[in-house]
Amino acid sequence: MNTDAATNTDGMGTELLSLDGVGKSYGTVLALQDVSLTLRAGEISCVLGDNGAGKSTLIKIISGLHRHDEGSYTVAGEEVRFDSPRQALERGIATVYQDLAVVPLMPVWRNFFLGSEQGTRRWGGLRLDAEGMRATTREALARMGIDLHDVDRPIGTLSGGQRQCVAIARAVHFGAKVLILDEPTAALGVKQSGVVLKYVTAARDAGLGVVLITHNPHHAYLVGDHFTLLRRGRMAGSHPRAEIGLEQLTTEMAGGSDLAELSHELARPPVPDSREERPQP
Amino acid sequence: MSSTDLLAQEGLGRDRPAAVRRLLARPELGSLIAAVAVFTVFAGAAEPFLRLSSLGTVLYAASTIGIMAVPVSLLMIGGEFDLSAGVLVTTAALTSSMVSYQFTAVTWVGVLVSLATTLAIGWFNGFMLGRTKLPSFIVTLGTFLMLTGANLGVTKAISGTVSTKSISDMEGFESCRRLFASEVTVGGLTIKATVWWWLGLLVVGSWVLLRTRFGNWIFAVGGDADAARAVGVPVARTKTLLYLGVGFGAWVLGQHLLFSFDTVQSGEGIGNELIYIVAAVIGGCLITGGYGSVVGSALGALIFGMASKGIIYAQWNPDWFKFFLGAMLLLAALLNAYVKRRAERGPR
Repeated sequence: MNTDAATNTDGMGTELLSLDGVGKSYGTVLALQDVSLTLRAGEISCVLGDNGAGKSTLIKIISGLHRHDEGSYTVAGEEVRFDSPRQALERGIATVYQDLAVVPLMPVWRNFFLGSEQGTRRWGGLRLDAEGMRATTREALARMGIDLHDVDRPIGTLSGGQRQCVAIARAVHFGAKVLILDEPTAALGVKQSGVVLKYVTAARDAGLGVVLITHNPHHAYLVGDHFTLLRRGRMAGSHPRAEIGLEQLTTEMAGGSDLAELSHELARPPVPDSREERPQP
Repeated sequence: MSSTDLLAQEGLGRDRPAAVRRLLARPELGSLIAAVAVFTVFAGAAEPFLRLSSLGTVLYAASTIGIMAVPVSLLMIGGEFDLSAGVLVTTAALTSSMVSYQFTAVTWVGVLVSLATTLAIGWFNGFMLGRTKLPSFIVTLGTFLMLTGANLGVTKAISGTVSTKSISDMEGFESCRRLFASEVTVGGLTIKATVWWWLGLLVVGSWVLLRTRFGNWIFAVGGDADAARAVGVPVARTKTLLYLGVGFGAWVLGQHLLFSFDTVQSGEGIGNELIYIVAAVIGGCLITGGYGSVVGSALGALIFGMASKGIIYAQWNPDWFKFFLGAMLLLAALLNAYVKRRAERGPR
């Protein structure tokens, strides 16, 4: 489990997971249709889309919360159909949700190890190795570039960005190969977003494949290697970084021609010349 | 490098007041201050309060609350209530007595059947909670009413009166009495068996909470059950085990009542569940779960013991005891909310 992050770097570029023509419907509502995506180790793949574009459905399929109805989902060369997040986790797919899985009143180290606690050798592993866990938490955070001495403080006292970072460090420490981040910067200010994106790249450098879900093309373009655009449950574009610029990404993300039309509608009428008594009809 | 700087700018680097902050954020702090205050008041108001014999009496009163306050506080940290805890004690005593009387002539059989019964009722509470997703307030209110009725109904049906028959002439009564209701006198200080049980439960309970994986899960299921589930904590199982703990405590206290008084009144125990909760809250447990301390619950029980006996020693009107308890509860709850805010928001 406790794979050292540094040992993962050998497999850079190997395919971790791929979706091919995946679709999902809830009853008669088509939530997702014909989406394809490939994620390699040491790569950040961004999924962009507006609210209701199908981003959440896509994460839920990848992380095992929902099963897909159409297409194929392949993890490490093997086709899968997950029944629970546990199964995805066992294959090294960890998800950090927007409403983070942390317990605010518990100390940072207790949160870090929650569900994967370490016991001491004595007492048959019954007794918690509190000192060891504190030290490991400090080290794991330091390896991600987070310097936090007092791991005894309640995690609720950290800012949203810091909590995201701890959650990311936790996933990396417990041997995740794929990290799915659900809108990690949505609720954060500019500076905090920057810190989080830094740790996203740290996870990438540790050899993980990262799926970054966002509706902010600026954040995506800062770190992304590949961009998948979703619109109304369908793929509206899939570009490697080399093929697309920030301008184009923003435009596509915002709805392309829809946006052009909107900006036309919203444009102010030309300011009438002050010398004229009344505007032209 | 730069990342460290960023975090430092946000205040993460400021660890200087950590020790002070940690002390202020301890859940037991309020109850410790309150215990000292209550002790001081009665020590000043009533000369007999300071005698060794009084200490024994106070400890005994505290222990009969404390034995239940330990598992009840663990349950509250786990985010749940148990309103059936008070009558469950009576159920434990009644079961033990009646099984011994009706089926065998050996008290140990009744004692063991009673343990199985209280654990089964604890399991039922936990199972209903996990299955129905109803609030524990409702589930255990149901159990409370059912047990209250069953205690009376079964006792009347079997013995014809509201109390059980004497079992003091049975085989095993003396050894059971030694285990649950004996007393040791050392230099004028009389310590009842319940005090040892209380201390034992206190040490085990506190150790489990702070130093085991299960303890980590107790905090987690009470603090944020969804987050706990997301990282693989078995939420329903954890809560069920906490209800089993309450069942065990009720069993111990029930056996004590039986073997010290020989007969059991079937209507007893109603209202005590609230006193256990009060002790836990005074000890720093949040009503909403996720925060609290077992040691604090013991201080809460001690305050209860000192106040209930101290009022008598000081010859004050004991009618005001409940008033005092209620005021204490409100103060404690306010303090807990304050401590929680401190713990959550930190110094910033």
